[in-house]
Amino acid sequence: MSTETKDLQYDSNDITGFSKERQEPQWFTDIRLKGLELTGQLPMPKPEKTRIIGWNFTQFEHKADSRTFDSLEDLPVHIKQLVGQDDESGNVLIQHNGHGAYQVLSEELKAKGVIFTDLQTALKEHGDLVEKYYFSKAGKIDKHRLTALHAALVNSGTFLYIPKNVVIDVPLQTVYWQENPKVGFINHVIVVAEEGSSVTYVENYLSEEADGEGVANIISEVYVGDNAQVQFGAVDNFSKNVTVYVNRQGHVGRNGKLEWALGQMNDGNTISENLTELVGEASIADTKAVSVGRGDQKQSFVNNNQHYGKHSESMMLIHGVQKDSANSIFNGITKIEHGGTKSSGDQTQRVLMLSDKARGDANPILLIDEDDVIAGHAASVGRIDPVQLYYLMSRGISKKEAERLVIHGFLAPVVNQLPIEGVKKQLVEVIERKVQ
Amino acid sequence: MSAPNLKIDNLHVSIEDKKIVKGFDLEINGGEIHAVMGPNGTGKSTLASALMGHPKYEITEGNVAFNGEDLLEMEVDERARAGLFLAMQYPSEVSGVTNADFLRTAINGRRGEGNEIPLMKFIKQLDKKMDLLDIDQEFAQRYLNEGFSGGEKKRNEILQLMMIEPKIAILDEIDSGLDIDALKVVAKGVNEMRSEDFGCLIITHYQRLLNYITPDKVHVMMQGRIVKSGGPELAERLEAEGYDWIKEELGIEDETIEA
Repeated sequence: MSTETKDLQYDSNDITGFSKERQEPQWFTDIRLKGLELTGQLPMPKPEKTRIIGWNFTQFEHKADSRTFDSLEDLPVHIKQLVGQDDESGNVLIQHNGHGAYQVLSEELKAKGVIFTDLQTALKEHGDLVEKYYFSKAGKIDKHRLTALHAALVNSGTFLYIPKNVVIDVPLQTVYWQENPKVGFINHVIVVAEEGSSVTYVENYLSEEADGEGVANIISEVYVGDNAQVQFGAVDNFSKNVTVYVNRQGHVGRNGKLEWALGQMNDGNTISENLTELVGEASIADTKAVSVGRGDQKQSFVNNNQHYGKHSESMMLIHGVQKDSANSIFNGITKIEHGGTKSSGDQTQRVLMLSDKARGDANPILLIDEDDVIAGHAASVGRIDPVQLYYLMSRGISKKEAERLVIHGFLAPVVNQLPIEGVKKQLVEVIERKVQ
Repeated sequence: MSAPNLKIDNLHVSIEDKKIVKGFDLEINGGEIHAVMGPNGTGKSTLASALMGHPKYEITEGNVAFNGEDLLEMEVDERARAGLFLAMQYPSEVSGVTNADFLRTAINGRRGEGNEIPLMKFIKQLDKKMDLLDIDQEFAQRYLNEGFSGGEKKRNEILQLMMIEPKIAILDEIDSGLDIDALKVVAKGVNEMRSEDFGCLIITHYQRLLNYITPDKVHVMMQGRIVKSGGPELAERLEAEGYDWIKEELGIEDETIEA
């Protein structure tokens, strides 16, 4: 099948060989091969109003050199600073060019049965458990060509498993550090919070500025069991030359709660899909995402809360800043399926325009197949309110500083939600850099 | 430091080509509290906004000197840094920016780079002023005016006034919508500021606030300018008799300008 993107340069021998090299179980190799087959059959995703023709999702180096580190002290300062300190515990997994490079998990958590490791290790040590969740209820291999491609070529990942009734009050963190962005970074994250458990997880993606084009293809599956709670925070910060597909999917059981706090600060073209399926009765999703578009980057953000369970509840807050000639489309979808009676879904999408050449669309989409529900939406695209600036300036704050305050305030909902001081600080710095 | 001085000379202000303020004169010095009273729609709030530099108001004629400098040539933030303050009738809400961060930025904006207020000193001052104004501690961490009640917004304006310590402050209907207790608190804040280094212009409909802040001078504004001036007794007479006697005295038939 001819495609609008460049063709894949791998065949089934390459895939099988790669899988063998990594000592993966047969079921995993089989999924890879299925992915390869589907890659040839499925169409590319078709994000609304965003032309992705010519975007590079398939040309990349697949194997990368990586290093390991014995101590946090050996890491570069900008990586080390991200890691939680003291009472933020520093339960951390650092992945360098897609490989586990450094890890700490407290003995206490290990004793409680918490598993927190890179995907390759998880497949070796906990293969059965991974099999239960890998591309199962949340992630879909056959969504489109990029999900299939992901399955075929996955070369990085994290597996986090919280057993039943284990409540963790310190955040767990993964830092993905891509030093060589030419390498395709095909990363699969699985977070499983079993019944009655609770966890806060934060992930950081960052790639160094470098020559050459790169690709990131990320799928996260988050399983929130009955009465379980997951707070999922992220700061995505891929450099300009990396084309990103990121798909985060949640599956929430009865009385479960999933909170997303996503700082989407890539500098390159990005397709982002976020979907939370509220399957259980009285399940809750709270989606917060902020982004800044600059330069000539093009981005598509689809955030989707889907209600199946009765009395399920969803909130969505999407704030985007657009400058230079950046172009972003924000689609917010609240869907209440037949049977989701007494559910409520609310969404707010706001785009702040800092330039005449930038473009930003906020499209609220409510799809309601049930009568007895509450659904609300608000969407706006606009510039900084001159009266607001006047008010701030009337206290002696310069215009530039006043604008800065308004922009940071606009993006604060996600910053405030991130549980690790270092990550918060990093997001604020990235915002500062992007909007200056 | 010389005593503050604000000299308004023959000021004319329009909004969307409608003339609102028409030949307003007033001089305020440090140590003085002036009250400008008048019925609705006579240009009192327009005067206040125009002096601060609100983007919607156009000054078509006249001069304003602030400590000898041309106020009208300055940007809004420059006016503030020169020492002018306006407690607004309808303060803006700024989501995501805490009261404390905002105040610190404002204070540091005036102090300039390299001379920022030490954090502990700032917190101490803030605590002290919030105490004086009966403001709850959590107020500092709330987003600027977001979800504030009318009374909270007014108190917040006075808190800013006390933290920023301007040379001349204009209070635009700071008493509207306040109950008597809140009014007393606001008055306490303003009285606390009274000194030779501080001048104040209080804009109000009612005499009520002036029971708690005794003005040195009271001016009546009609048809976009001051039509009568006097001492505190003028405010009392207005409270007792309304504005009709002034209109009669001056032969004014319709004192209001449609807003």
